[in-house]
Amino acid sequence: MDDLEIIAEKIVSQARPGEEIEAFVAWDEETSIRVYNSAIENLSKSQSNGVGIRIVNNHKQGFAWAGTLDPAVIDFALSEARDNASFATEDKFLGLGTPDDSSPKELNLWRDELASHSTEEKVSLALDLESRLRNSDKRIKSVESANYGDVSSIASVMTNTGMKATYRQTFSFIAANAIAVENEETQTGGGYSVGRTLSELDLDKAAQDASVRATRLLGASKPPSAKMTVLFDPQVTTTLLAIISGTLSGEAVLKGRSLFAGRIQEQVASPIVSLVDNPTNPSAFGASVYDAEGYPSRSTNLILEGALQGFLYDTYSARRAGVSTTASAVRGGYSSTPGVGARALFLTPGTAIQSELIASIENGVLVQSISGVHSGVNPISGDFSVGAEGLLIKSGALGKPVKEFTIASSLQRMLQEVVAVGNDVEWIPSVAAGVSLVVEGISISGT
Amino acid sequence: MISQELVQKVLASAVSRGGDFAEIFVEDKRSSSASFDDGKVEELSSGVSKGAGIRVVVGETTGFAHTADLSEAGLMSAAEAARSVAASAGTITKTISVGPAKNHKLSNGILLPGQIGKKEKIELLERMNHIARSTSGSIKQASAGYGDSYRAILVANTDGVFATDEQIRTRIAVSVVAFGDTGMQTGYETAAFTMGFEMFNEIDVEELAKVAAERALRKLSARPAPSGTLPVVLQGGSGGILFHEACGHGLEADHIFKDSSVYKGKVGELVASPLITLVDDGTVGNQWGTALIDDEGKPSQRNVLIKDGVLTDYMWDGLRARKSKRTSSGNGRRQSYQHLPMVRMTNTYLVEGSEKPETIIENTKHGVYVARLGGGQVNTATGDFVFGMTEAYLIENGEITEPLRDANLIGNGPEVLKNIDAVADDFSITPGTCGKDGQSVPVGCGQATVRITGVTIGGTANG
Repeated sequence: MDDLEIIAEKIVSQARPGEEIEAFVAWDEETSIRVYNSAIENLSKSQSNGVGIRIVNNHKQGFAWAGTLDPAVIDFALSEARDNASFATEDKFLGLGTPDDSSPKELNLWRDELASHSTEEKVSLALDLESRLRNSDKRIKSVESANYGDVSSIASVMTNTGMKATYRQTFSFIAANAIAVENEETQTGGGYSVGRTLSELDLDKAAQDASVRATRLLGASKPPSAKMTVLFDPQVTTTLLAIISGTLSGEAVLKGRSLFAGRIQEQVASPIVSLVDNPTNPSAFGASVYDAEGYPSRSTNLILEGALQGFLYDTYSARRAGVSTTASAVRGGYSSTPGVGARALFLTPGTAIQSELIASIENGVLVQSISGVHSGVNPISGDFSVGAEGLLIKSGALGKPVKEFTIASSLQRMLQEVVAVGNDVEWIPSVAAGVSLVVEGISISGT
Repeated sequence: MISQELVQKVLASAVSRGGDFAEIFVEDKRSSSASFDDGKVEELSSGVSKGAGIRVVVGETTGFAHTADLSEAGLMSAAEAARSVAASAGTITKTISVGPAKNHKLSNGILLPGQIGKKEKIELLERMNHIARSTSGSIKQASAGYGDSYRAILVANTDGVFATDEQIRTRIAVSVVAFGDTGMQTGYETAAFTMGFEMFNEIDVEELAKVAAERALRKLSARPAPSGTLPVVLQGGSGGILFHEACGHGLEADHIFKDSSVYKGKVGELVASPLITLVDDGTVGNQWGTALIDDEGKPSQRNVLIKDGVLTDYMWDGLRARKSKRTSSGNGRRQSYQHLPMVRMTNTYLVEGSEKPETIIENTKHGVYVARLGGGQVNTATGDFVFGMTEAYLIENGEITEPLRDANLIGNGPEVLKNIDAVADDFSITPGTCGKDGQSVPVGCGQATVRITGVTIGGTANG
């Protein structure tokens, strides 16, 4: 950790008069194991690190990165960032952040324990998952992949304007994909479990989920086209929230790319929808002590009982909008500049478990997975159309499996037509927590 | 990048605990990008990434490690980490000899990214922004992006391969937002080639901007796409992704080995309409998926996958080929030195037919005409796929009529391939990024205008 800060400090200390410099120095160590047919297919263990340098001079910004800590390459990146800044357009809102009066919360996102586990233990976890899954149901013909992975990462962000933050976290996960076959028909299903270290993983859940999700689709057919009530599985809700989060970015609003621009305090969703981005909740896998510009993380209300409360901001978008940052700067790694993004969206849960939600639906469909999200959802226009698979719901009970159909609506309409939120919050490695969600009036396109 | 002697030493260390095969892949990549958004030059970025990936194959198991440290000590320590999967007790001393070196050089006439001033790159973006915005007052936002990369690679392995290559890629894209009574609509257009800045001698960036702007404008008056199963005509060059997703992925040998492809055991069988000949070809001109060698050092080649509807072969990387005692088809690719190679497509395309596109439209009574597809996704085990229409129209009585809002198409690959009843003669290839197992690589997708007798359209209106 100290090493990263020393490197960051050295970069920042080279600022020329009038120059603002930000150094983002990152290190990570990854293990990745895949097993197949009771043997290791791949095993990889590596460390990597790199530096991203942002320079703002006369309100012009430049960036460069290096996938190494080699001093000569870092020097080259610094000179490139400087040169790049000279070509940018002057923008009076551009500039690096300065410390505010918030203080960081202790979140405990790093487990020393992870480093104490041997590679052999990790391999046997993956093998165990594979065998549990294979033996879970006689229709599971093969396990396409069973994986174990972990990542330990540390990042240090420092500027000559006073920002200084170092944060770290560990993740550990197992995941498997099952292939179920019956009467020459094939279906697939996946399951996983995530934690911050090995001992937090739930092998049974991962195996069971993959098994059930694959086998319950056997015999699936295309449903007839109709307008229906849809019950989204928690994982699908996570995907929906992640898309919606893009429309709640202050940057998208300023650039005229948000369908919620100018609608603060308007009723943009059903009154049972309350949405918050809270990266200070340690249960969220997107939690972090600081944002990517070094501001202590904080909770931001986005939608309260259906009414739009506000947007997410980083330093630049906040200055331009004339508000304070919500500490929502995110970055894909050292090779990109920070942008605005949600990290830990949380939809206020209701009181019903999923089976109660099913019981309340006369005619609908439980959607267990969706596909084609990138191609079928336009977060600017709000058009929504994705592939889906799941089970029909008839008179309050799960019925026949269905696949190869699409569900379509618009993001605006879906938010208004939420009729129930489950109480089954699931922490998923994404920018949003999962929870069962019931939405009315969705077009099912099948036969 | 590193000497032949050092390569031999590292490979010998990699197999010193046993192992059937070892490989070192060294990469030195320089990339730069520029973005213009919201009326401003928003960002210029430059990056350097350099390192080596080492893998050791022991029976069914592959050990892998990568390092950014290209010194002898750095490489030897990566070799040691990669060989940890090999269990042999003692040390095996093996002399590894690689070569003769096959060095691939850039052809003459390439304008290297470094030779072009940053200002020149930005000017392209400014021109695109200007054209997009001046197309109509309804265009309220525009962004344009430029990116280039220079990638030098060295691949060597215990089979004696020692190959180097230099690869240049350049891309440009424009995206606009139009605003009207019905809300906002978007339009996007891109061009990308395995070539340098000389690409702009052939590509008219202003035309790209105009196409993107008009796409967004037309959608302002679009009606909701129908819901249900209808005939679909795909415009030439608009939807090669259909073939990439619907059958390309299922023809990758790694999926065949794992029983996760509907095409397993089907070589020699009729799997598509006899009008279909599908090819994967890493040698097509300067297309986005083109390279002289793959990331395992194998020269690129043209592979016929389906001929006149009959499945002829799968795509292979070195690992899968070795297991089947055959040669790789040049489809072993990797995102970077930090990734293991696997079976990947290059430029995948449907060979053109003889009909005229106009005739195909005239002969379609009621259906959907797709002028541009967005991304897609497939489940190779079931063949089920989706892909998004980003520019589409209704066909009524043989004529293209009203524009439609964005929606997904959904279908089953093997079924769609059998239901193609017309292939035209207007072939072209479009660039794309293919994601598999967390790795992205540049690919080309090509096709001429085709008609599919029925695909499920995921709109909201009654068909």
